[in-house]
Amino acid sequence: MSTALLIEQILNGLQFGVMLFLMAAGLTLIFGVMGLINLAHGSLYMIGAFACAAVAAATGSFWLGLVASLAAAAAAGALVELVVIRRLYDRDHLDQVLATFALILIFSEGTRWLFGSFPLYLDIPSALSGAVQLPGGGRYPLYRLTIIGVGIAVAVGLYLLISKTRLGMRIRAGESDREMIAALGVDIRTLYTVVFALGAALAGLAGALVGALQSVQVGMGEPVLILAFVVIVIGGIGSIKGALVGAILVGLVDTLGRFLLPKLFAAFMGPAQGATAGAAIASMLIYIVMALILAFRPKGLFAANA
Amino acid sequence: MADTVLSIRDLKKTFGALKATDGVSIDLRPGEIHALIGPNGAGKTTLIHQISGSIKPDSGSVHFLGEDVSRLGVAARARRGLGRSFQISSLAPEFSALRNVMLAVQSRQGSSFRFFGPVMADKSLTEPAMAMLERTGLAARAQVPAAALSHGERRQLEIAIALALGSKAFLFDEPMAGMGPEGSKALTAFLDTLRHEAPILLVEHDMDAVFALADRISVLVYGRIIASGTVDEIRNDPEVRRAYLGEAS
Amino acid sequence: MRDGQAMSRETLINILLAAALLALPFVAIAMEEPFYITLATRMAILALAAVGLNIALGLGGLISFGHAAFFGIGGYVAGIFASHAFNMEPMFSAPFEFSGSDQMPVIWLAAMLVSVFVAIPIGAISLRTSGVYFIMITLAFAQMIYYFAISWPAYGGEDGLSIITRNGFPGVNTANPLSFFLLCYGVLAVALLMFWLIQNSRFGAALQAGRQNEQRLAAVGIAPFRIRLVAFAISAAITGLAGALFADLNRFVSPSMLSWHMSGELIVLIILGGTARLFGPVAGAVLFVLFEFALGGITEHWQFFLGLILLGVVLFARGGLIGLVAGKARHG
Repeated sequence: MSTALLIEQILNGLQFGVMLFLMAAGLTLIFGVMGLINLAHGSLYMIGAFACAAVAAATGSFWLGLVASLAAAAAAGALVELVVIRRLYDRDHLDQVLATFALILIFSEGTRWLFGSFPLYLDIPSALSGAVQLPGGGRYPLYRLTIIGVGIAVAVGLYLLISKTRLGMRIRAGESDREMIAALGVDIRTLYTVVFALGAALAGLAGALVGALQSVQVGMGEPVLILAFVVIVIGGIGSIKGALVGAILVGLVDTLGRFLLPKLFAAFMGPAQGATAGAAIASMLIYIVMALILAFRPKGLFAANA
Repeated sequence: MADTVLSIRDLKKTFGALKATDGVSIDLRPGEIHALIGPNGAGKTTLIHQISGSIKPDSGSVHFLGEDVSRLGVAARARRGLGRSFQISSLAPEFSALRNVMLAVQSRQGSSFRFFGPVMADKSLTEPAMAMLERTGLAARAQVPAAALSHGERRQLEIAIALALGSKAFLFDEPMAGMGPEGSKALTAFLDTLRHEAPILLVEHDMDAVFALADRISVLVYGRIIASGTVDEIRNDPEVRRAYLGEAS
Repeated sequence: MRDGQAMSRETLINILLAAALLALPFVAIAMEEPFYITLATRMAILALAAVGLNIALGLGGLISFGHAAFFGIGGYVAGIFASHAFNMEPMFSAPFEFSGSDQMPVIWLAAMLVSVFVAIPIGAISLRTSGVYFIMITLAFAQMIYYFAISWPAYGGEDGLSIITRNGFPGVNTANPLSFFLLCYGVLAVALLMFWLIQNSRFGAALQAGRQNEQRLAAVGIAPFRIRLVAFAISAAITGLAGALFADLNRFVSPSMLSWHMSGELIVLIILGGTARLFGPVAGAVLFVLFEFALGGITEHWQFFLGLILLGVVLFARGGLIGLVAGKARHG
């Protein structure tokens, strides 16, 4: 196994992790501020991807598509918050789970209705289509490196937003004391809508970025959603920092596990059996890691309200 | 240790910079009511939580009936006979008063893993539970869901549950809170007789009740016991007067 | 507070539901629409799976979003046992040789045992947490098993596993749709009886008290964790049994039985019918299969409308069908 290949896999893991962070950040923010568990977050990811693919196909510009994905996901998020989600803040988690499960059915089937069952394809923009020389001799796609860069930029941006701006101050207040911020005269309903739309936009961005790597299809958001749950459970629900650490951890463990475990098992079980067993274990690896972390820290690594 | 039922030694608990419990030691002897008083925020409820096991202290020990229970959880301490009432009533709201008490009877019988046999037809559960409701004056309200009971009735129900557990010591956290003068008087009389069944560690703001009932009083201020003694000793303690009674009365 | 009227009305609804489900296949035969027998069987099996979940969710307040794991495990036990029995190749040879089985009693027992065996570690970890964590962790564990089933090729992987001939039951011709329905209906009846017994038992009292107020349960000396773990295991066993029957109904088992959609649907069944109601899962399963069938006949996008209906139920009719017809639940 060459160093170049290993570096490539590590970068793949980072790229996967960064994408999970975009999903997990919104989920954990929405839970932290509004106390809401949102299963339909994966649908917003899907909406972002479809909006990007549709607009890019119509205009020929990936960048317009990207703008459309942010706008569409944020608009869908705001709409859903106004019509459905705000009725759920005072409900128990069971109602939240069911209502947002219903939203998934509506969004998924609605999208299938509009776009049909065939996947859409989204091309990587030509400016980013090349590859970069890696130390060790390998080459790595520029587009994937860009995703890593975008993820880091979003993480920094979120940090600045939450720690330095007025909106961020309100978000932090909302996490610790809802009545207090209402008493201070902050319009809490608008704040919630804004936070939800922000989370939705991040999910939409993730969907659009990943849409150019995979096919854009109905149901694409669901596996990502569940991984994002694993991420925030590991990181501690409500913690953005936890989401970042958890996302990178899950991205790396999953990618490297799938890369290394089959080789490892093959070394002492023989190539065919080893590869099979390794792949099967690798597919469960992040859940095993999650179980181990929870066994020692039931509230995750960075529990918000310990 | 032979004649202390409950012995708390040097409990410490900090939350961040706040020393909620700062080296507290208290004894509870057979047949006594030991009142724990102190201004709001002194850490009385936090202390009760540590004694009952729902908050883990940073250091210190709790011995109950000669056994070190410091490492046991809430349920294990309750099974050994540490019965408590909550500052804010804590009941199974959908269950009737009777079923709330039956739960304690069933726990005392050690039989929660029976999957068959309807509980409501089980006289070994209903009869002792009913008896406890009668003792606490709630018999007429036996079938009412706990959520529909009045504030005072819920307090009584908590005490009935502690009785049904066959408690060897009671931890009562402000049982009089929110009760009218009539209710307070009745409850004071009731607690007066209860001490012979098992000693009581009583957190209470109603000073009339405390002075009427307590054999000994400990005063908790900012997580520390500043004085401990008989009613008269506490009444006349200058530090107590300054720190506490001066403000309160 | 004791609403005798509503109580007897709920009992009446229960009897009507039980009778209607039992009558459906006979009506189907009279109408010469054998497909309706399959629908009725599907209702009974899904109801059974939801009765299992209802023990954890309805009585215990444990919102498991991972019960598809047990449903699928039951299905795979049936599929794997049957395929070994059919091919006459041993599943394992130590400590004794075992070549699977095509007999339902053996399969059912194994499905329940394996479900319990998996439920205990999952429950032991998940029950250390509560609230949203519990929901997400049970979901994640189920997903783990789902991915394992997909990536393990020995039993079909992504393609699933066919059961060539439906497994047998002593004295019953299971190939006959009506007989198989009656078998499933009988199992459902036994499970409902179990649920009722548990609900009214000492264990049930502790379990329900833990849902209402965990602090109170601990304060009377009953540790919530152990009660819940046992409830979770019983719940998994019943859902696993339903999975074995479901595999035999379709003569096919695939990872989709393990998918998180399945977990969601099981919760939906309970909510549609009415949470913690004895017959809630039956009402929910009947409604769900009817929706699926009726809407599916009108539009291929029936799930869109199912979503709307579900959203409406959650937002505006929280008692579910039985709650709607029979009034508020009575507790005493």
